[in-house]
Amino acid sequence: MTRILDNVNRRDVLMGGAATALALGVAPRSFAQAAPKKGGRYRIGLSHANAADNHDPATWGTSAVINMGLYGATYNCLMETGPDNKLRGELAESAQSEDGKTWVFKLRRGVTFHNGKTVDADDVVASINHHRGPQSKSAAKAIVDAVTDIKADGKETVIVTLAAASADFPALMTDWHLVIGPAKEGKVDWEPAVGTGAYSLVSHERGVRMVLKRNPNYWKAGCGNFEDVELIHIGDIAARMNAISTGQVDTINRPDIKTLSLLQRNTSVSIDEATGTQHYTMPMFTDVAPFTDNNVRLAMKHAIDRKVLVQTILHGRGREGNDSPITPTNTYFADDVKPRAYDPDKAKFHLKQAGLATLKVDLSAADAAFTGAIDTAVLFKEHAAKAGIDVNVIREPNEGYWSNVWTKKPFVMCFWAGRPTEDWMFSQVYAKGARWNDTHWDHEKFNKLLLEARGELDQAKRRAMYREMQQIVSDEGGVIIPMFANFVSARSVKVARGQSIAANFDLDGWKCIERWWFA
Amino acid sequence: MSPLASMIVKRIGLGFVTLAVVSAVVFFAVYLLPGDLAEEILGQAATPETVANIRRELGLDRPPIERYVDWITGLLSGDFGRSLANGRPIAELAGMRLVNTLYLAGFAAAVSIPLSLTLGIVAALYREKLIDRSINVAALTAISLPEFFIAYILIFALTVKAGWLPSLATVSADTPLGERMFRSILPVLTLTLAVAAHVMRLTRAAIVNLLASPYIEMARLKGLKPWRVILRHALPNALAPIINVVVLNLAYLIVGVVVVEVVFAYPGLGQLMVDSVGKRDVPVVQATCLFFASTYIMLNLVADVATIAADPRLLHRR
Repeated sequence: MTRILDNVNRRDVLMGGAATALALGVAPRSFAQAAPKKGGRYRIGLSHANAADNHDPATWGTSAVINMGLYGATYNCLMETGPDNKLRGELAESAQSEDGKTWVFKLRRGVTFHNGKTVDADDVVASINHHRGPQSKSAAKAIVDAVTDIKADGKETVIVTLAAASADFPALMTDWHLVIGPAKEGKVDWEPAVGTGAYSLVSHERGVRMVLKRNPNYWKAGCGNFEDVELIHIGDIAARMNAISTGQVDTINRPDIKTLSLLQRNTSVSIDEATGTQHYTMPMFTDVAPFTDNNVRLAMKHAIDRKVLVQTILHGRGREGNDSPITPTNTYFADDVKPRAYDPDKAKFHLKQAGLATLKVDLSAADAAFTGAIDTAVLFKEHAAKAGIDVNVIREPNEGYWSNVWTKKPFVMCFWAGRPTEDWMFSQVYAKGARWNDTHWDHEKFNKLLLEARGELDQAKRRAMYREMQQIVSDEGGVIIPMFANFVSARSVKVARGQSIAANFDLDGWKCIERWWFA
Repeated sequence: MSPLASMIVKRIGLGFVTLAVVSAVVFFAVYLLPGDLAEEILGQAATPETVANIRRELGLDRPPIERYVDWITGLLSGDFGRSLANGRPIAELAGMRLVNTLYLAGFAAAVSIPLSLTLGIVAALYREKLIDRSINVAALTAISLPEFFIAYILIFALTVKAGWLPSLATVSADTPLGERMFRSILPVLTLTLAVAAHVMRLTRAAIVNLLASPYIEMARLKGLKPWRVILRHALPNALAPIINVVVLNLAYLIVGVVVVEVVFAYPGLGQLMVDSVGKRDVPVVQATCLFFASTYIMLNLVADVATIAADPRLLHRR
């Protein structure tokens, strides 16, 4: 049984009871009440860009100019996260699988690249293959590692075979590295940045600015409304705040949350906030003493005052974490796994259980992990002292933090952007032997559930499994997750947006250029 | 060969030696920093395989000495090379930024140097009077505040409150000159405040030093007007130190303004260098460092030659 549904998400399909077949389909639609107006030059001030920025999606990382300008506006992926935070097809019209192992993507017909070439299955195969294989230099290699084969079946169908069943595979195809470019003899030349997106690239001074112009043939209705777009790198946070408050740009990312209340007084600016998947973490090596004992880990988890951290580090723009990486944006978020209250007595109790009267640990911190990581570590030191835990905060250099400190030192500060699906998040960071398993955690029950849930197509069973896994991570995992940080951005009131904005990244999932318009 | 010419030749030769040393120091300093290009590009997403693949493809796994020799060989044949991070020719990445940097330095110098010389002369002329004191206080205040702080004050006053000037100085190749000048008024003002005090104080001191000399006394006794005494009699003899400080400030305006570039989002060479150090993009770091070093060497040479031209006695020191 196969159904093609309009505008549905994974949950709806699964709830439909089509246990042996999954189908996803979408139709383009406009997200606003009134039809968006066309025209205008849209200027965005962005926090990150670098002279080393590269058009090759395998290298995409922290450059907001690249991510917003290329992934968000110039290219499309097979699938996307809609402004309603639901999964939908982008260049793929539908994604179907009988067994979760072989996935058939039907491509949308008649979509053309900026150079006039029609999108066909070979383009998709070449674009995905760019990240695969032993020679891959791609930051997305881990995402496509599960793919054992990808091939074109005619011009409009792509068949992907996986090593093992995965009900979430279409969601992986929303990853921002996996954009589709035009193939020539099985390879894509990424340098000219020819895509299918709502905008085409006009000029790019790396680390400075990027200019885009509207693609008149764009296929999504109600999208691509600005005539021209200018993405300007404004690395200095005060400069960015000035630029938006004096109207020199129409939107900025990452405003200074410390002074956000002042900016809010400005009637020409409005603030957008979305609870996304990003979370701040403090991983402990569960195979290194003293963290080998779960009682020690529980003591640590009780010795941190999450409320205070959300108020001081996030200025209230976020929520307390419950030591599980699954956020309210995720489909199977278990809201009954509550954040632990700050309880020094309970922490002492757990220490006692572990046979310890006091505890001394080193915590490596740098603001490279996230803005305010050092402050968080120092606050934790204060909180933990009341529980008899002496936290020695070691300030590490920002340079090389991810290579030399994270996954190298036993207890560090860390950040995760989060993943749109439970399986993706768990299997990359919490599964036994996962490359980024920064706690060296190996929990038999958890690992077993992870595999079962991945191939489980029954929604209710899946929900129960993911609930249990969240409970296990929270109670026995090696990570303290004190807070989920909201995505915050600021926009001129002249710019309008749909009622709901995506929360997979900031600025409407990095797609405000495509989705927003001048009111 | 005249003594001046032989000095110039000698200094240019020494300059090349200095550049060679600078390039070696820079190369190995970047090498000593934690992390390399592969790790910086992949960040948290780095896996051992992908890092190894990038290193292999870019040759980062070769011994550093070998890479350095390769780079020097390329440079000697006139090839600055390409950015390791995105494969673009360095000439393309740095070209526009070099123009921007030279333009900003030129504009700032054109404003600040005549202004500070005039102020210095005026201060010397009216020394110990109210006007001298005011100039001194103002200049010392400006130089005591860090540049970024001056920049923020100017932005607050002239952009946020008054709304006269843009605080973003983003310019590109196709920005018309008028627009470019308008956009760079705030950075130029900031730089002017940063360098004016130095030049002004030195001009004043150099002139005041001479005012006690017998020949100035003589000029005054002849009944010359004070401004004529200073401009015609004192200034030419005070030129040597003034030229020195002016040229050193020029060098500063070219190589030392990265903080101002960041605050005003101005795309200059300084930001390119900081970006490239952050990503360990060694060829770009090398190229920008060599440019900055040669600027210093060249301008120092110019300063010395001009000083000697203004005061030939310096060539025959005992």
